[in-house]
Amino acid sequence: MYSIEAKDVNFYYGDFLALKNISMQIEKNSVTAFIGPSGCGKSTFLRLFNRMNDLIPNIKLEGKIMVKGEDVYSKNVFVDQLRKEVGMVFQKANPFPKTIFENVAYGLRVNGEKNKKKIEQVVEQSLKGAALWEEVKDKLNRSAFALSGGQQQRLCIARALAIEPSIILMDEPASALDPISTLKIEELIFELKKKYTIVIVTHNMQQAARVSDKTAFFYLGELIEYDNTDKIFTNPQKEATQNYVTGRFG
Amino acid sequence: MDYRKKRNINQVVWFSTLRVMSFIVVAILFCILGFILYNGASAISWDFLTTMPQDGMTKGGILPAILGTFYLTIGAIIFAFPLGILSGIYLNEYAGKGWIVKLIRMMTNNLGAIPSIVFGLFGMALFVNKLKFGDSIIAGSLTLGLLVLPIVIRTTEEALKQIDDSFRTGSLALGATKFQTIIRVILPMAFPNIITGLILSIGRVSGETAPIMFTAVAYFLPHLPSSIYDQVMALPYHLYVVATSGTDIEASRPIAYGTAFVLIVIVLILNLSASWLRKFFGNKVKTNS
Ligand SMILES: Nc1ncnc2c1ncn2[C@@H]1O[C@H](COP(=O)(O)OP(=O)(O)OP(=O)(O)O)[C@@H](O)[C@H]1O
Ligand SMILES: [Mg+2]
Repeated sequence: MYSIEAKDVNFYYGDFLALKNISMQIEKNSVTAFIGPSGCGKSTFLRLFNRMNDLIPNIKLEGKIMVKGEDVYSKNVFVDQLRKEVGMVFQKANPFPKTIFENVAYGLRVNGEKNKKKIEQVVEQSLKGAALWEEVKDKLNRSAFALSGGQQQRLCIARALAIEPSIILMDEPASALDPISTLKIEELIFELKKKYTIVIVTHNMQQAARVSDKTAFFYLGELIEYDNTDKIFTNPQKEATQNYVTGRFG
Repeated sequence: MDYRKKRNINQVVWFSTLRVMSFIVVAILFCILGFILYNGASAISWDFLTTMPQDGMTKGGILPAILGTFYLTIGAIIFAFPLGILSGIYLNEYAGKGWIVKLIRMMTNNLGAIPSIVFGLFGMALFVNKLKFGDSIIAGSLTLGLLVLPIVIRTTEEALKQIDDSFRTGSLALGATKFQTIIRVILPMAFPNIITGLILSIGRVSGETAPIMFTAVAYFLPHLPSSIYDQVMALPYHLYVVATSGTDIEASRPIAYGTAFVLIVIVLILNLSASWLRKFFGNKVKTNS
C-alpha cells in the first residue's frame, strides 16, 4: 500500500485549471521532492494531501487522493483527523506566540491530552526528533519568538512531530534560512525518513538531489516526470526536465 | 547644489508649520483640561463624592450621579460586549465574503455614524414605551449598549483581522478545529487590541448624555435606585442640569465644575489604562506568554 496516491487529479481555482491530470504514488518512509518553476502547482498539489486547500473558496477537485489507501475527500473523513495523520511544515516558520513548550504541546492539547507526564514526554521526544532539544532544554518556558529563524523552523517541525503523523509535508521549509540552518534541516529530514514519509517542495536543486529518493518535476500544472532522484538529475527522459535541473530554463 | 538648498528650506518651513500647528492643538487641549480641573478641584472632597445633593442641588454631593453612571455603564457593557465580540468573531472568522456579510458590515459602520440622540429616541420608543421598561437603568443601559455595539464589533473585527493567517493555517494543520484555533490561538493574540478598544468604548458610554436623556435619567432623585427598573441620575446629565436648568445656576457653579472634573478624570483614567494595557499585553505577547 502506498503512503500517498493521486489518481487522475484535476484541480481548479475557480475556472483556472491549476493541476492537470496528475497521477502519482509515494512510497512509505521515502523522501519525495517536488521541483518546478514558480507557479507550476507544487504547493497546490501538496496541500491536497492534508486538505489545506479546503480553506480557499471556489475550488474544485476531480480524481482521487488516497492517504494510506483511504480516499481523503470522501464524506466520512474528518479533516482534523486527517491532519493529525498528515503533518505540515510551512515556508515561513509560524510558531504561536506561546512558550516553546506550549508550541510543541499544542497538538496534544487540542487532541484532548490531559496527562502532564505524557505531554512532557512527547514534547521532549519531539524536540529531540527535530534536533532542537539540546538548544532549548533550559528555556522551554521562554517565548518561541525569542528563537532564531532556523530554530523556529525546527520548532515547527517538532510541533508537527508531536501529533505523531505518519506523513510530513514540507513546503520550502528551508527557503528562508541561512546555509547552516538549511543543512541542519536536511540532516533532520534524513533522520526523519526512518519513521516518516516525507514530501518536500524545494527550489534548491542541490537540496532535492541531496535529501530525496524520488523527484517529481512539475511544469504549468502538469507532472512532467517522476522518477528516482539520481535518474532525474543524471539521465532525465524529458527535455524540459533536463533543462530545468541543469538551470537552462527559459 | 541650488536645488538641494531649496529643498532644505522647504522642509524647514513645512516642519515648523506642522510643529506650530500640533503645538496649538495640544495647547488648546491643555487649556480646556486645565480650566476644568482648576475650577473643579476646589469642589472636590470626600463628601462631594459620597453624599446626596442638597438645597436644590446647589450644595452637597453627586453620589447618585456617580453611581447612576456606573450602573448604566456596567449595564451597557453586560449587554454590548458579549454580543459585539461574538458578532465580530463571526463576521471575521466564519462569515466569508458574501454580499450579505458586506451588507451587515456596511450597516454596522453606518450605525456607528448615527448621532447619539437618534439612539436616545429609538431607545425611548422601543425599551421605554414598547417594552414598557419605563425610564429605567435597564432601558438606558440597553440604549447605551446599542450605541457602542458597532464600536465593539468593529474593534473585535479589526483586532482579528490583524492576526496573520499563517497562525490560523499553522493551527489547523496540526489537526485543531476552527473553533479550537480561534479560542486557543487567535483570540489570545487579538486580546490586547480588543481590550483596549473596549475600554475606550467604556469612556464613550460613560460620557454620553443624549441616549439616556429620554430613557433613564432623572433631573433629581432623593433616593438611590433599588432595582434595574428605577430611574437614576448620571454624571453627564447632572452636569447639563446644574449648568443650564438648576434652581440657582450661579450657586451651583462649583457643583457643575466638580461634576465635570469627576467625569473627565473617569474618562482620562479609562483612556490611560487602555494605552497602558495595550503596552503591557503587547510586551507580553512579544517576549513571553
Ligand atoms: N488561492 C489561490 N487562488 C487562485 N489561484 C491560485 C491560488 N493559489 C495558487 N493559485 C494559482 O495556482 C497556480 C499554482 O500555484 P502554486 O502556489 O501551487 O505554485 P507553486 O508551484 O507552489 O509556486 P511557488 O514555487 O512560487 O511556490 C499558480 O498559477 C497560482 O497563481
Ligand atoms: Mg509554493
